[in-house]
Amino acid sequence: MEIRLKGISHSYRDGGLKVLSDINLSIREGEIVCLIGPSGCGKSTLLRIIGGLELPSAGAVLQVGDPPPTSLNPLTYIFQDFALLPWRTVEGNISLALEDHPIGRKMRTEIIDGVLARTNLTEFRKAYPRQLSGGMKQRVAIARALSVNPAVMLMDEPLSALDSQIREILMADLVELWCRENFTAFYVTHNLAEAVRLGHRVAVLSRRPGKIREIIEIATPLNQRSADSPELGRHQQHLWELLRDEARAADLELANV
Amino acid sequence: MSDATIALTAPAEKPVRFRGGGFRTRPLGIISPIVFIVVIGFWELGSQSGLIGKLILPAPSEALQALLELIETGNLWKHLGASLQRLIVGWTAGTILGIGVGLAIALFSYVRAGAQPLVSAIFPIPKIALLPLFIIWFGIGEGSKIATILFGTFFPTVIATYGGVDNVDRTLIRMAQSFGVSWWSIVRKIIIPGAMPAILSGFRISIAIAIVLLVAAEMIGAEFGVGAYILLAGSLVATDQLIAGVAILSVFGLTVAWLIGKAESYLLRWRT
Repeated sequence: MEIRLKGISHSYRDGGLKVLSDINLSIREGEIVCLIGPSGCGKSTLLRIIGGLELPSAGAVLQVGDPPPTSLNPLTYIFQDFALLPWRTVEGNISLALEDHPIGRKMRTEIIDGVLARTNLTEFRKAYPRQLSGGMKQRVAIARALSVNPAVMLMDEPLSALDSQIREILMADLVELWCRENFTAFYVTHNLAEAVRLGHRVAVLSRRPGKIREIIEIATPLNQRSADSPELGRHQQHLWELLRDEARAADLELANV
Repeated sequence: MSDATIALTAPAEKPVRFRGGGFRTRPLGIISPIVFIVVIGFWELGSQSGLIGKLILPAPSEALQALLELIETGNLWKHLGASLQRLIVGWTAGTILGIGVGLAIALFSYVRAGAQPLVSAIFPIPKIALLPLFIIWFGIGEGSKIATILFGTFFPTVIATYGGVDNVDRTLIRMAQSFGVSWWSIVRKIIIPGAMPAILSGFRISIAIAIVLLVAAEMIGAEFGVGAYILLAGSLVATDQLIAGVAILSVFGLTVAWLIGKAESYLLRWRT
């Protein structure tokens, strides 16, 4: 399944502040598209629009082809702040995503067992979120997303709330997961290093109203990218040059959203 | 400072003064029983020595005597039973209705727009003022007493409930929607557990209000009940019995607070 954005524009309230302007982009099957931009440029809004949590003022999000029949929730989010229910254990949190689907208790337990194993969380299944570190919480959120077998994962700065060491570890985990399962993802971040490590393509959004300034392709396979590779360094430098002035200008704007 | 001055006069070493600390209370479990014993001890001494007039404030031992008498005659259970029944029926009904209406106010815009001003207008009325009206509506018997307690419990519960729902983390609701969780499941699995801390602290307030209203209601036309017992003791100037009755109410309150504490540590065990 592929996702195609056609002429997405969005403003808060009618005729009010315009946050997104004529976004055209497609997310092809099995690829990770990263979206970077200065803060307040509408990155998260675009992500909410793609997943159907918000309606754009103009344009449409198109789903090309059908999701695999085993997919319980084709468009599945991973949030920056994890969004785990504090009153449910690890397995309870994953179970929440499955409970409203007619799949039976046995099948549900099997799915939970499977995703816990895939994210190395099996021994934490009875733990409550408060007992887990930030990195572990995000692993649980990833396990929850995997449990519904998504066609496209919509990731909203998933590593931004974590410290840099954990971020590095989880990035490696995501690369490994992608190499194994070739998931499709739209990955919003403000971290250039993450974008060049995880993105097959990186789209750069300008400051408000967000327009796509450039889309760069990074040919190096994900599992051959390392933090000190000169090619990634060049890409990162190029992205920074695109972003620097946008970020500076955005920083001087009054936030009134 | 230049190197030369350091060489000439070696600066004196002294530890940095500690400025933190304070503003943090320590748990001192032994203090509270000591305070109780000391206060009651002084009171007893004052009464024995004649410093405190017998009629003004009877000695704790006399109040205890009155309490024992109450147990011996079996009247304690009659009073306690009548009071507990009113309290449990009134409070439970008020709480169930309150949670229901509170959820409706929190979830539906029309209900909120319609009912919230009504709740705000009726909440501050002392429900005791409505007791005569309730007696006309529901009769002098149990009906008016239970209605008073129910009414008094209902409003704080409504306010605690919708306040609690309003404070539920929106990101959790958005998360659930993004997974296609149904409306009813979101209410059951996210909104109600998320509002539970606020609802339970509402219980502490509503139960205190319920006990106050219970005593007030029992002072009008009740044969049995702790409030009736206290009223009778007061009319007969039997201050020892009056103190015994008040002590029963205090134990009432403490027991209920303890029960709510238990409920909190069970229902909110996911919190630290």
